[in-house]
Amino acid sequence: MTARNREALALVPSALLLTAGLAAIFLRRDEFLSNESLVYGGVFLGLCLAAHLVIRWSAPNADPYIFPLVAVLACLGLVELYRIDESFAQAQARWFVIGLVMFAVTLASVRDLRWLQDNKYTIALASLVVLLLPRVPGIGQSTNGAYLSISVGPMSVQAAEFAKIGIVVFLAGYLRDTRQVLIHGGRRILGLSLPPLRHLGPLLVIWGTAMLMLIFIRDLGSSLMFFGAFLALLYVATGRLSYPLAGIGAFAAGAWFVGSRVGHVQDRVAAWRDPLDPELFNATGGSYQLAQSLFAQADGGLFGRGFGQAELGTMVDGDLVTTPLLPASQTDMIYALIVNETGLLGGAAILLAYLLIVQRGFRIASLARDPFHKLLATGLSAVFALQVFVIVGGVTKVIPLTGVTLPFMSYGGSSLMANFILLALLLRVSETARRPA
Amino acid sequence: MNTSIRNLFVVLVLLFGVLVAFTSRWTVFEDGDLRADALNRRDVIRAERVPRGRILAADGTVLARSVRERSRSSGTTRYVRRYPLGSKYVGPVGYSDTSLTQTGLERSMNEPLAGKAVKLTTAVDRLVTGDQRGDDIRTTLRPRVQQAALDGLGDRPGSVVALDPRTGKVLAMASRPGFDPNKAINESGYYASLTKRSDRVLLNRATQDAYVPGSVFKVVTAAAAIDSGKMTADTTVDGSNGQVFSGAPMNNYGGAQYGQVTLRTSLTNSVNTAFGNVAELVGKETMRRYMRRFGFDAKPPLDYPDDQLRASGSYRDGRLIPATSRFVDVARLGIGQDKLQVTPLQMAMVSAAVANRGRLMKPHLVDRIVDADGRVQREVEPELQQRVMGAGAADVLRSMMGDVVNEGTGTAASLSGITVGGKTGTAERDIRRGLNDLWFIGFAPLDDPKVAVAVVVENTTGAGGVVAAPIARDVMQAALGGDG
Repeated sequence: MTARNREALALVPSALLLTAGLAAIFLRRDEFLSNESLVYGGVFLGLCLAAHLVIRWSAPNADPYIFPLVAVLACLGLVELYRIDESFAQAQARWFVIGLVMFAVTLASVRDLRWLQDNKYTIALASLVVLLLPRVPGIGQSTNGAYLSISVGPMSVQAAEFAKIGIVVFLAGYLRDTRQVLIHGGRRILGLSLPPLRHLGPLLVIWGTAMLMLIFIRDLGSSLMFFGAFLALLYVATGRLSYPLAGIGAFAAGAWFVGSRVGHVQDRVAAWRDPLDPELFNATGGSYQLAQSLFAQADGGLFGRGFGQAELGTMVDGDLVTTPLLPASQTDMIYALIVNETGLLGGAAILLAYLLIVQRGFRIASLARDPFHKLLATGLSAVFALQVFVIVGGVTKVIPLTGVTLPFMSYGGSSLMANFILLALLLRVSETARRPA
Repeated sequence: MNTSIRNLFVVLVLLFGVLVAFTSRWTVFEDGDLRADALNRRDVIRAERVPRGRILAADGTVLARSVRERSRSSGTTRYVRRYPLGSKYVGPVGYSDTSLTQTGLERSMNEPLAGKAVKLTTAVDRLVTGDQRGDDIRTTLRPRVQQAALDGLGDRPGSVVALDPRTGKVLAMASRPGFDPNKAINESGYYASLTKRSDRVLLNRATQDAYVPGSVFKVVTAAAAIDSGKMTADTTVDGSNGQVFSGAPMNNYGGAQYGQVTLRTSLTNSVNTAFGNVAELVGKETMRRYMRRFGFDAKPPLDYPDDQLRASGSYRDGRLIPATSRFVDVARLGIGQDKLQVTPLQMAMVSAAVANRGRLMKPHLVDRIVDADGRVQREVEPELQQRVMGAGAADVLRSMMGDVVNEGTGTAASLSGITVGGKTGTAERDIRRGLNDLWFIGFAPLDDPKVAVAVVVENTTGAGGVVAAPIARDVMQAALGGDG
């Protein structure tokens, strides 16, 4: 069987999963089964097959496993969103279609990755501007003290989602050019061989940018994601462990400094340390969300309560749907909700699916011949993995909770579109590497 | 670069491993603590969606039931508790509410009342078990007896407990003042106002309050004296007024002089100084042994929430001490003074043990648990708590208590056509204003007791024989008057 046919076949299970999941929710809600779930499952399968045809036409040799894995995650996300509130699922389905279009457009238009490399400085500048826009009065928005989104007309755009791709493109291009110098270094200071200042400079600038982001955007999660991707790329580009270790040290020092001074970050850290403290629990901006996340996971146990069985305390207040028992269950907390309904096994399965995507990403990087392609695939995979780590780690109290989305599952158009673009770039790298010469 | 890529992947696998480890921690290893956390309301919310079982009196009168309530703001249905008889049964039954939590039988019987709703863990369980209505609790409480107890107390603070000495069934458990649990659940501010009141209205006096027993405790002293073989009913002791015990003079009621009196006469006339001598003769060790057999020094084994039960006994600085403690003045312990603090339930158990020929039955409020389809899930069988004394000694003591009602201080408890046994008590609270806690414990009929009671009326003028005995009479009459 050819790779493409395997891909097409693998899409069927995810469509069945969507059908079964929706059926379970219908059964729970209305106590009768309608054929609606079958219709939705069919439509979903049709959309995925359409995207599959685009891949078949424009990147026939690309990795065949990534897209079906993404489809499984997306359909689980849709089922959970439908379970919280139908309107979420409807909007998300529209975003899913738009995301697939973006995916097709990116895959079809970016035929040669050299174009990205040539324009890396422009892309970097654009990304930084996008990142800082949320602080601009008028169009910027603050959520829980963090500045993460820009409002454009009726829509709100998550800046970091798009900027992460631009930054990775820039870093891959920049490190491709300078890696030789960084490897061979110049002077040795304290046992650490330092490259010439001319080349070290930009790296310090990137570190400084991450710190500035912490201060300006006030979001530990996204700066961790960016800086982690940077260190991963630096390590892969140079093969020297001393760079990322020094980087982690520098980031930790900076994060400690910022964390002990910026009130909003301070609150998050306090809530993280002791989420079950009644005082923090009841304080605004306290630990309520994290505590509820842990309660929801405990409620799920090993096997979960089943689709539609978690307690959300859903309130309908006019048009606004809120879930007071598990706030932001459609975005930040979706992992907690999934664990609540499908248990530890469901949560572990999802993490495994993400890890498989990351594994395919690194495999693409290994197979790529061009250093820029290698670095690009590594960077995109790493930033993707770190995003999952930051949000799931936040929800499970590994690190302080910050608001980034769970790729392909959380509610939100920006996240879905950006991750589909990321996916298209990965497949483009894969296609280039695996195309028969 | 491929080696570095592989190393990087290993690092990310480890990071994801941490995520799985932490998810396991919350779902499997530490889930119990999280589930039980007071801040976690999931089980409470879930339980609200299922109607709790009813709580019924012995004759089927509904004491508590669940009614549907639709909330307009959230569009959800929930069940709330209603208590058709208001404040009358709030002591034993308690209340159940999401914000006030639970007390009484509502709490101790929560598991059957709530059904399996709380314990359902998976969707599969739900499909298998189907209907989730909780089980009904049929109590041993008899409305007519309860009503007689409440009527007898009237507006006076105090408590009445009536037991069936043969089985340990609690026939009535009254505590005054009371409050309306319906209002506590539904009226904002009502419960908060109750917590601010100085009359301990939220307390179930029958099981939680501490009273000085006074002379009703002489029954325990007499039981220890007779059953241990140290005395008989006809052994004489010095009953003269003003004898010195532990360096302080003791007086008889009204300063009466008795000289040498038998144990029987001492009980009939409640002679303090005679019982001071009896207690010293019996000794601390024997006193402690018999107190423990009657159930003192431990919480009664009632099917009721543990923190709403109080152990009776000698208290020093708020802590229970045994009768053998050097801080105990045994002569004054013997007349129910010194450091003694008892609950009405405990004194009813003393009366019931004597009535049942020395065999103390475990007191219980639940008669049986019946599921939604009427099937009996569990029936509570009478169970022996303790063999307190020999049948012979108990019979002697029973006839002595008959004399108390026949010709002694408890004549006001006598019933026409039925002979009654009992003992009065007057525990001084405020000597200057003449305020006392007035007691009566007793049983009827004398030769084959079917009901045993303890009555206490707080902080009032007069003597136990005048105020508490008539209440006991009415309660016993109601209990003997057939069903209901």
